[in-house]
Amino acid sequence: MFHWRWDFVWQILPDLLRATENTLIASVLGYAIALVLGLVLALAQRTPWQALTWAVREAVEFIRSTPLVLQIFFVFYVFPQFGVRLSPWTSGMIAIGLHYASYLSEVYRAGLDGVPRGQWEACRALNLSTGRTYFRIIIPQALPIALPGMGNYLVGIFKDTPMLSVIGVAELMHTANAIGSEYYRYLEPYTLVGLIFLAISLPTAAGMRWLEAAVRRALGMTK
Amino acid sequence: MSYWEFLQTFGQRFLEGTLVTAEQFVLASMLAIFAALIAGLARLSRNPVINGTAVVYIEIFRGTSLLVQLFWVFYVLPLFGITLPKFVAGFVSVGLNVGAYGAEIVRGAIQSVPKGQYEAAIALNMTPAQRMRRIVLPQALMIMLPPWGNLLIELLKGTALVALISVADLMFQAKQINAANYLSAQAFGTALIIYYLLARFLITPAMRWAERVVARKMGLA
Amino acid sequence: MSVESYPLELTGSDIPMVRFAGVTKRYGPLTVLDSLDLDIAANEMVSIIGPSGSGKTTVLRMLMTLETINDGVIYVDGQPLTHMPRNGKLVPADESHMRKQRMNVGMVFQHFNLFPHMTALENCMEAPVQVLGLPKAEARERSVELLKLVGLEDKMNQHPARLSGGQQQRVAIARALAMRPKVMLLDEVTSALDPEVIGEVLNVIRYLNKEYKLTMLMVTHQMGFAKEISDRVCFFFAGNIAEQGSPDQLFGDPQNERTKQFLRAVLDAN
Repeated sequence: MFHWRWDFVWQILPDLLRATENTLIASVLGYAIALVLGLVLALAQRTPWQALTWAVREAVEFIRSTPLVLQIFFVFYVFPQFGVRLSPWTSGMIAIGLHYASYLSEVYRAGLDGVPRGQWEACRALNLSTGRTYFRIIIPQALPIALPGMGNYLVGIFKDTPMLSVIGVAELMHTANAIGSEYYRYLEPYTLVGLIFLAISLPTAAGMRWLEAAVRRALGMTK
Repeated sequence: MSYWEFLQTFGQRFLEGTLVTAEQFVLASMLAIFAALIAGLARLSRNPVINGTAVVYIEIFRGTSLLVQLFWVFYVLPLFGITLPKFVAGFVSVGLNVGAYGAEIVRGAIQSVPKGQYEAAIALNMTPAQRMRRIVLPQALMIMLPPWGNLLIELLKGTALVALISVADLMFQAKQINAANYLSAQAFGTALIIYYLLARFLITPAMRWAERVVARKMGLA
Repeated sequence: MSVESYPLELTGSDIPMVRFAGVTKRYGPLTVLDSLDLDIAANEMVSIIGPSGSGKTTVLRMLMTLETINDGVIYVDGQPLTHMPRNGKLVPADESHMRKQRMNVGMVFQHFNLFPHMTALENCMEAPVQVLGLPKAEARERSVELLKLVGLEDKMNQHPARLSGGQQQRVAIARALAMRPKVMLLDEVTSALDPEVIGEVLNVIRYLNKEYKLTMLMVTHQMGFAKEISDRVCFFFAGNIAEQGSPDQLFGDPQNERTKQFLRAVLDAN
């Protein structure tokens, strides 16, 4: 049977909390990359150059449909073979950033598509510049549609950071594995990791829902 | 060696790995659908115990990482007397994880069935069970197919993680080949392509076919 | 008069088919039906008209047990529907009592509410088989007869998606009739229809009224039709009957100021 050892918990908690910090940094950084890159990918699918639009579309589909952990391995092992030496952190950030950029590009696309066609036509009729059209009219309406998806992926990225452990990034899972194999005790480390994830993801998810409602209210678009 | 030589040398192993991945996928899917139906319906129950249990299941499996769940099932569950062979631990974790997401899809779909359908069933004096079985669920099925299509692709991607508890699936083979030969681009690239083919040319068409079948049953095709 | 002191059942030779006794319905602070008393005799055809928010649809919905009751009792065919007898007094009815009483009532909805995954025939057969326990062959026979009656025998194997609004509503009427209710409720059954198909539905109702022994309660905006077909018309306002009478009385010589206002507004709109 098992026997929960509290003394062990206090012993390993500092390491786990330090690793949590790494996990959070990785999540936020990865998400920031994905937010920007995702927008680039979304806009790249709306260009008048058919070849580019098609190529980006196919690339996004490919990245979205294949496992992130495999993409992490790919970036980590393949880039050095082309002479680019990457630390585990950097490889991880590139892989996660690209993967979630693909997801977010779809969310942005859905948001932009969700704005009624008539809005674009009204902007054209009022002779608004492209910049004004996007920033003052379209994006404020696309945002409430896109926000739930964006919120989901923030929580998603956080939960996917354990995959970085496979290339040696010292985040939460990696640290728990190290502790487990050092002390031959897995119960406390893995359970604590689970609890820490819950403690962060549940309030974040709730916060995201609150944020969506607040944004909708601020834009006067309560259903 | 050229890519063609690479495929000739290691093709067999990729095939074996893909087979294991397919097995994991099928078993995990069946578990996920089953869990999603039960938990989704439980979420609609007015009984606080049933509803609460479903909420706990859904929040725990959605709030933590699949990798964490996988390791917990494989390394920690034995301490509670439940030792699962790694193949089983693999698809059980993936199935329960995806099932939690699926439960929300099931719940959403059932709640999307128009209220008028419930009222017509009441007017015809059907029992709540008859109403759910004959009127609501069939219509919910049509609504939930598209999101399930996406979820099943997520499930396929999730099965790749079982390689990390040494289940000899597609990703495991790719890792092995890479570790032994440093042909990283070919090994991981091939694996990526195979996953892509499975998702884009097997799962997606299968879901579209299922959607068409159901649409025909509703006289909409 | 508290609910407990209402009669456990209506007795006598001349009891109404439907009785609303002091029925009140509230949604939070809003009172939608205010101590309504309404008797409907067997085989009577009663139209209910009035402005929106007057409570007219609520009357039907409460009779179909789609809404709960806050005060008063509803009787159908002499028996309480919303309540049941216990220890010589009336208490709120449980589901099994309501199921028994609900058998007497059928409803046709404004938005048809046909089951989209079943053909017209299957829609009609569903409740007789599942609820009445009829063998499939008998349910089929009954349903085909009813679909013939509403003029849709040739469409019986079509799904609702393939039928026009008027056709769907006629199937809905057949579906309700398949349960052989004593009371038929028609809730604005033509309001969601294109003008050119309203007539076919009204024809079916006309036929039912003439040939069937059916008590009918109809909420409608079709004033001409109500005038033509009803035995009695009730004008609802603010949760109660403001005025009622024969069609000639109510439409020809309304007494109540509100009734006059409403009829004037309706005529203006046409």
